[in-house]
Amino acid sequence: MSEYIIKNGNVFDPVQGIKGDKADVAIKDGKIVAKAGSGAKVIDAKGKTVMAGAVEIHAHIAGPKVNLGRIYRPEDKLFSCTPTKGMERMGGGASIPTTFKTGYEYAKMGYTTAMEAAMPPLFSRHVHEEIRDTPIIDEGAFPVFGNNWFVMEYLKNHEVENTAAYCAWLLRATKGFAIKVVNPGGTEAWGWGLNCLSVNDPVPYFDITPAEIIKGLIEANEYLGLPHSMHIHPNNLGNPGCYETTLDTLKLASGFKAKNKFGREQVMHLTHSQFHSYGGTNWGDFESKAKEITDYVNKNKNITIDTGNVTLDETTTMTADGPFEHHLTGLNHLKWANCDVELETAAGVVPYIYSPSISVCAIQWAIGLEIALMMKDPMRCYITTDHPNAGPFTRYPRVIKWLMSTKAREAQINAFKHKDKVLSQTSIGSLDKEISLYELAQMTRAGPAKSLGLSAMCGGLKPGMDADVAVYDFDPDKPVANPDDIEKAFSRCAAVFKSGVQVVNNGEIISNGHKRTLWVNVKSKENPQVMRDINEKFIKYYSMTQANYEALGHHFIPNPFALEVDAT
Amino acid sequence: MTKTITDVICPFCGTLCDDLEVVVSDDGKKLLEVYNACVIGTEKFLHSQSKDRVTRPRLHQPDGTWKEISYDEAAEYTAQMLAKAKKPLMYGWSSTNCEAQSVGNEIAEISRACCDNTAAVCHGTTLIAVQDIGLPTCTLGEVKNRADRIIFWGCNPAHAHPRHMSRYSIFPRGFFTGKGQMSRKMIVVDPRVTDTAKMADVHLQIEQGRDYELLNALRVALNNEWLPDSVAGIPKEKIREAAEMMKSGRFGIIFFGMGVTQSLSKNHNIDEAIALTVHLNEFTKYSIMPMRGHYNVTGSGEVFAWQFGFPYSIDLSRGFARYNPGDTSSIDLLVRGEIDAMFTIGSDPGAHFPISAVKPIANMPSVCIDPHQTPTSGVSKLHVPVSFNGVETGGNCYRMDNVPIDCRKVVEPPEGMLSDEQFLIKVRDRLKQLKGAA
Ligand code: SF4
Ligand SMILES: [Zn+2]
Repeated sequence: MSEYIIKNGNVFDPVQGIKGDKADVAIKDGKIVAKAGSGAKVIDAKGKTVMAGAVEIHAHIAGPKVNLGRIYRPEDKLFSCTPTKGMERMGGGASIPTTFKTGYEYAKMGYTTAMEAAMPPLFSRHVHEEIRDTPIIDEGAFPVFGNNWFVMEYLKNHEVENTAAYCAWLLRATKGFAIKVVNPGGTEAWGWGLNCLSVNDPVPYFDITPAEIIKGLIEANEYLGLPHSMHIHPNNLGNPGCYETTLDTLKLASGFKAKNKFGREQVMHLTHSQFHSYGGTNWGDFESKAKEITDYVNKNKNITIDTGNVTLDETTTMTADGPFEHHLTGLNHLKWANCDVELETAAGVVPYIYSPSISVCAIQWAIGLEIALMMKDPMRCYITTDHPNAGPFTRYPRVIKWLMSTKAREAQINAFKHKDKVLSQTSIGSLDKEISLYELAQMTRAGPAKSLGLSAMCGGLKPGMDADVAVYDFDPDKPVANPDDIEKAFSRCAAVFKSGVQVVNNGEIISNGHKRTLWVNVKSKENPQVMRDINEKFIKYYSMTQANYEALGHHFIPNPFALEVDAT
Repeated sequence: MTKTITDVICPFCGTLCDDLEVVVSDDGKKLLEVYNACVIGTEKFLHSQSKDRVTRPRLHQPDGTWKEISYDEAAEYTAQMLAKAKKPLMYGWSSTNCEAQSVGNEIAEISRACCDNTAAVCHGTTLIAVQDIGLPTCTLGEVKNRADRIIFWGCNPAHAHPRHMSRYSIFPRGFFTGKGQMSRKMIVVDPRVTDTAKMADVHLQIEQGRDYELLNALRVALNNEWLPDSVAGIPKEKIREAAEMMKSGRFGIIFFGMGVTQSLSKNHNIDEAIALTVHLNEFTKYSIMPMRGHYNVTGSGEVFAWQFGFPYSIDLSRGFARYNPGDTSSIDLLVRGEIDAMFTIGSDPGAHFPISAVKPIANMPSVCIDPHQTPTSGVSKLHVPVSFNGVETGGNCYRMDNVPIDCRKVVEPPEGMLSDEQFLIKVRDRLKQLKGAA
């Protein structure tokens, strides 16, 4: 493998505490090294910003609901198609790009790792087929557990060990990465057209509450010692007043301590917190509760969050929160897709337009930014758009611009039709914080990597780590003339390396790299009861045999990378 | 000693049964028995054993005879054909695995082909309707565990998907449907008295081609509004009774087939059927699902979608995907004479396309990749027989509810035969050389 030395760049690396020093980064055999040999190829990074490859903690980029979005939205391909070119296969789609385009677009922005945030276990093959066809970036997928019949039945009887054994089995069977929870209990209730809007609403038939599911899954997660924590999309998403449900959910983490060998400190990751920070009683008095949520998270170190920034685009919403998507189609009367998945989960897909002329959308925009600006520890708050739910991931450079420049925020606020309402219902106008490049590296690299349990591998530039490096055409020593220059610089990297291979040069793809699928291989104690239960449920209630469910052929995952966990 | 292989997947219809047991000879070469499959499925397995099977590529000679050639020569012919063509059509894909489809799509991209699958003549209209209005659906296990109202509209599973009713929809006892058939009401909408219709609690014997009207009348009945005395040949009392039966269920599903996708009004029928489903969700829980025919037509749509962004009828002639069914769809392209090379795989347009679309195939460079001899192989210049996917080679497939299931190999193919994927890889690699592609 070739050697490289990235010379004289302004390096930002929270892992080593480097805050913009002019330094060289050396690469050898796919890893960062202290010193490169004399034959190393020199990349001149003078006047440029150098960071580790960025890590996406939560996006919907592969699998059945994403593809349903592609299938039923031909309009998303209008003006967004790019022809086959050199290394690149053709691409298409704005909010739900094709797999190839997904890989290229992330790489061009300096992202080298991304997590698919909701994998229906029954569809894991589909998720992995799409991951295989997404070039360059390393990917993992989170199977969903919050409405799973096994989990609900075990937790009803307070059987945490059995829950953990089942989780371990499912992670192995689906080659999954983490325990994801979406609208716990509510999505099962949706099987009957119902929902659970608070953490205490009983789940029909199963005689359990969302609170019990959440606590039980935190316990199981720590019992196993998984790299990532329980990753939750709480109940009551997106409704005025939902912040109270969010606080109730966050409080369930209190008293738990992280147990793992991966350096992770949190026991709960709250995703797309923007959607969960709403006050008011209706869309008329809708207001921000970003302060209430961030105050709580700031005080409780065992929680991490991501933002879910609204980017003011036409997009495609998709989530395993089936009842929410039905509710949404009732609001906007656009087309509705839904798929309920036997014994496991559901998903809905609805197109959505975040119009700057609608006050609710503008307030949502402000809330996402407020969260990022109000969080005191950037290592515990990560930038996401919950792609494509609050906006496409391709808008990250724009979100970065808004976070790094009060001038850019002001310009956007002034452009809103209901500017006064935005200012009265949020505190975005009074926040003068500007995120620094070091904080940006925390929020997009070191932080998410640590939360995912990947801090030994990625998110930093310490010798020994994977050589995932992004070089931006952005000179931190020069004052920013126009905030749009920030967006431009973060849109197309000068150079990107993935595991030591240069994949981007001057914003163009020059290699498809050796992308890997990250998954968590948990060795757990033998548990004959759980194995019997699994066997029985397959015979009686699944529509697929257990043997076919488990046999995930190697060709689905051509380049696997397993994080080994020994929970025996 | 024989060997029994369990959990075998049936590569015939969209039901994609995965509980078959197959007995093979000790050397793994001969398939002896097939258990659990329906008649059609069993036949598919046993057919792979037929003595008169073609095992080598054959080139049509000017005098009408066939000349046997090697796979390398066949790949050369195919690659040359695609490289020279201005606008080749690559059609089929519904009876092969996703791995082969994926290689095929790469070939299509390099040769700037039009690509299409058999949805062109079955559920293409469904896909258009889904693009209009969406699709509330579920997996078949949800039907088994929850559904107490089953509607079959314009389909006849008793014959076309023989194990559908026993595995998923009518007979099985699921978690919330412990009484099986007894806990379900069944409505069939069909102008014919089919074997499925004979089993129904309510058979709405609709006038042919009046699906849209009846679907609309059911929606009117759901809201208890005024109806004429009869709609689509069904008296209003019976419509109200059916609507009441649908509405009173806890979980219902509409399965629909080509009787409604290919009758008058086409996609508009499906628009209305989906609208009815959405409407029913105001009262209780409802889903709708197309009864997909080929065992992997669904998979082809999925792979097309994640690689190109559209599920069928894709035109790559400008280097990126364009989609405009009626313009970029196979039959239209053929009838308009826009195509100058025809590549068929895993389907039989010769048997299913109108004759005006089949004739042009006989008059242009053409390849048919198919383990069987079919009307299409008969009119093609080159016939490339391949091993049977799901019998002699494995690979991923998608059931009618989009659930992916990995097919299993149970016996060895006849000596020296290639699979679809292997042959396509040869073509792709050669095509890349010819085109100087990266
Ligand atoms: S119902 Fe279809 S998939 Fe099942 S055995 Fe019969 S032909 Fe095969
Ligand atoms: Zn999400």
